[in-house]
Amino acid sequence: MQTHTYDVVIVGAGGAGMRAALESSKRARTAVLTKLYPTRSHTGAAQGGMCAALANVEEDNWEWHTYDTVKGGDYLVDQDAAEVMAKEAIDAVLDLEKMGLPFNRTPEGKIDQRRFGGHTREHGEAPVRRSCYAADRTGHMILQTLYQNCVKQNVEFFNEFYVLDVLMTGDPRDEAEVRASGVVAYELATGEVHIFRAKSVVFASGGFGKMFKTTSNAHTLTGDGPAMALRRGIPLEDMEFFQFHPTGLAGLGILLSEAARGEGGILRNAQMERFMERYAPTLKDLAPRDVVARAMANEVREGRGCGPNKDYVLLDLTHLEPAHIDAKLPDITEFARTYLGVEPYTEPVPVFPTAHYGMGGMPTNIKGEVLRNETDVVPGLYAAGEVACVSVHGGNRLGTNSLLDINVFGRRAGIYAAEHAAGVELAEIEPGLEAPTVELLERLRDRPATTDRIADIRRDLQETMDANVQVFRTEETCRTALADIHQLKKRYETVAVQDKGRRYNLDLLEAVELGFLLDLAEVVTVGALNRKESRGGHFREDFEKRDDVNYLWHTMAYRTREGEEGFEGTDIRLGTKPVVITRYEPKERTF
Amino acid sequence: MTAVAEKPETQGAAEIPSFEVTLRIARFDPESGAGAAWQDFTLTMHGTDRVLDALHEIKWHHDGSLTFRRSCAHGVCGSDAMRINGRNRLACKTLLKDLDISKPITVEPIKGLPVEKDLIVDMEPFFDSYKEVMPFLVARGQEPSRERLQSAEQREVFDDTTKCILCAACTSSCPVFWTDGQYFGPAAIVNAHRFIFDSRDDAGEQRLEILNSKQGVWRCRTTFNCSEACPRGIQVTKAIAEVKQAVIRGRV
Repeated sequence: MQTHTYDVVIVGAGGAGMRAALESSKRARTAVLTKLYPTRSHTGAAQGGMCAALANVEEDNWEWHTYDTVKGGDYLVDQDAAEVMAKEAIDAVLDLEKMGLPFNRTPEGKIDQRRFGGHTREHGEAPVRRSCYAADRTGHMILQTLYQNCVKQNVEFFNEFYVLDVLMTGDPRDEAEVRASGVVAYELATGEVHIFRAKSVVFASGGFGKMFKTTSNAHTLTGDGPAMALRRGIPLEDMEFFQFHPTGLAGLGILLSEAARGEGGILRNAQMERFMERYAPTLKDLAPRDVVARAMANEVREGRGCGPNKDYVLLDLTHLEPAHIDAKLPDITEFARTYLGVEPYTEPVPVFPTAHYGMGGMPTNIKGEVLRNETDVVPGLYAAGEVACVSVHGGNRLGTNSLLDINVFGRRAGIYAAEHAAGVELAEIEPGLEAPTVELLERLRDRPATTDRIADIRRDLQETMDANVQVFRTEETCRTALADIHQLKKRYETVAVQDKGRRYNLDLLEAVELGFLLDLAEVVTVGALNRKESRGGHFREDFEKRDDVNYLWHTMAYRTREGEEGFEGTDIRLGTKPVVITRYEPKERTF
Repeated sequence: MTAVAEKPETQGAAEIPSFEVTLRIARFDPESGAGAAWQDFTLTMHGTDRVLDALHEIKWHHDGSLTFRRSCAHGVCGSDAMRINGRNRLACKTLLKDLDISKPITVEPIKGLPVEKDLIVDMEPFFDSYKEVMPFLVARGQEPSRERLQSAEQREVFDDTTKCILCAACTSSCPVFWTDGQYFGPAAIVNAHRFIFDSRDDAGEQRLEILNSKQGVWRCRTTFNCSEACPRGIQVTKAIAEVKQAVIRGRV
């Protein structure tokens, strides 16, 4: 086993991790650990843009952006954080341009902006052109630009190092102060376990969409960060809020950007009706994602779906000029051609909601510091991006606000992590801290062969989550999912991996990742069961209205300790955290 | 007789035909001590399944030790470049039905980089070449308070080369790269092009000097393998030619 020592260790090299690294490595000795290569991160799959009130093409200001974010999030957004994000958005975009990002341009040569779901002027009056973009590959450009600047700045990467445990000086559920002290990582190439000691640890490891079957997420988005934090006693916030993106390629889940609708695309049902006019008379196809996804699922449920099984709706671009499509939406139209054999110039594209983004995650404040309860932080522990819940997305994230989130809060986490490291000594670590990780790996590797397989357990998890905890939820479906998850956890306790080797053992790591997904799926489901209201991406058919009297709070889910009783026999204890409300009192959402 | 009336109902299922396909995979695990060998897997696959789905079917239900990289599974992360029927492609963008499935489909690691295990190669030499060409914007002079201006036409000049996902399909398809350990390879030149022709950049001449060296553009023999291999449709050979012309001119 090797031990390394750094001031700051960053876990994950997507947008948030690399944005943090650019700040941190200027100020402190920094290592970035990623289970992939940096440019493989799923930031690169984001398409439509990054909103900021630059007002390059029409009147706009950050206060409107804040309002849209709060309203889009169904008033579960912490308004202080949303304000920080909307204000800093402008510099975040300009910083990226200065780093070299090739934004599309206006005729005057300024950064061009386009419409996006839920982004409006004058507090909901009409759509506004706020999204800064580079064709339909904005995320790709952000990821490449940040990586290029990391190369320029000589940032130190450890590629294909899987972080499997986070180290702290004590249990964050205790009264006494607890600090971050490092991470345990597994080197894919050799199978060797490493300890990275650090004064600050920044989690930027992304989301957990792979608990669902139909998803826009990469195979590698398995919630490693939040799951290992939960096991070590860090709470997770608002995990029941998961976003289903309206336009996944039907049956495949591959994302087709909201930019398609921003550029004029229209959703239609089997009667070719523009059905969004009924659900959101003002914003229509550009209503927030939760509203559009539910409308689509409802059209299908009521028999107005398309195709032989009437199980999808259509995204119609046929009225747009092919040249316009080629200039603004080249990649997503190619996805339709490659994967469904559909020509978007002349045929509408089959689409259906796809699991896309976890609004919840590791609770943080606006400095990116991770909270261990409603009020106290773990000094030296930071999180930013999808892994975190700050919470700027509340119950439903607006399109483009994720690329913004990673840049604004990635930057903040990097700065504060480095500043913290400058002021403290390295925490003492006791020998043997790698033992739980080594035991976990050995247990999975050394078990006798089974007929049951990791892939089958994962498929069963994904199927129950899609069937029961997706766009529509009820008490009954959540209970079904919870029972299934408990069964799957039992199977997971005995299942063996086939690859017994040390080098590049991805079979073993898929097994570890499944363990993370199972733990998080339980948290998502328990949160959904406990929240007897509908808000944002969490829709309970048995409680169709938002209930601000009883549920205007963030869920905080804790792993129980020995002897502690959890929610209905699970090992999860549920608590709450108040929502920060500054300017905007909750009111009914209409679009 | 009544079966005829039911025909429309079964059409839905008939939408997804299944078929048998054999993958012939180049296996190699240095830990086992055995040398490299071909292994055949015959699978039942469906409609729009891709080569990546077939590899997953093997890994998840036949042989968990089969090892390959993948992440996004729709052609934007660049993890799963491999040699499929002798051509460099992304496994997640190659539909089985577009290949000749009457014969085994061969799947090998990309060439010219050391094989680590099965379809995984050592990517470090590839990224080292990339880093040699200063793949980042260098802008001198005082930073403006707002964005730098750039016209749509100026941006268009290098649009094609911004699409690169660093999958190495081009570089590992290049016969010069296979035989010559010194050549930067097409991907590095593509990424140099992306900055050389960016109106905001001030380090074009330095990059041209780097690419005029013995590892640089003159190694290119214009075989067009790279353009054919690029899963993003970048006209790689054209980009290299533009860089060559700029080197001759001595400026952008």
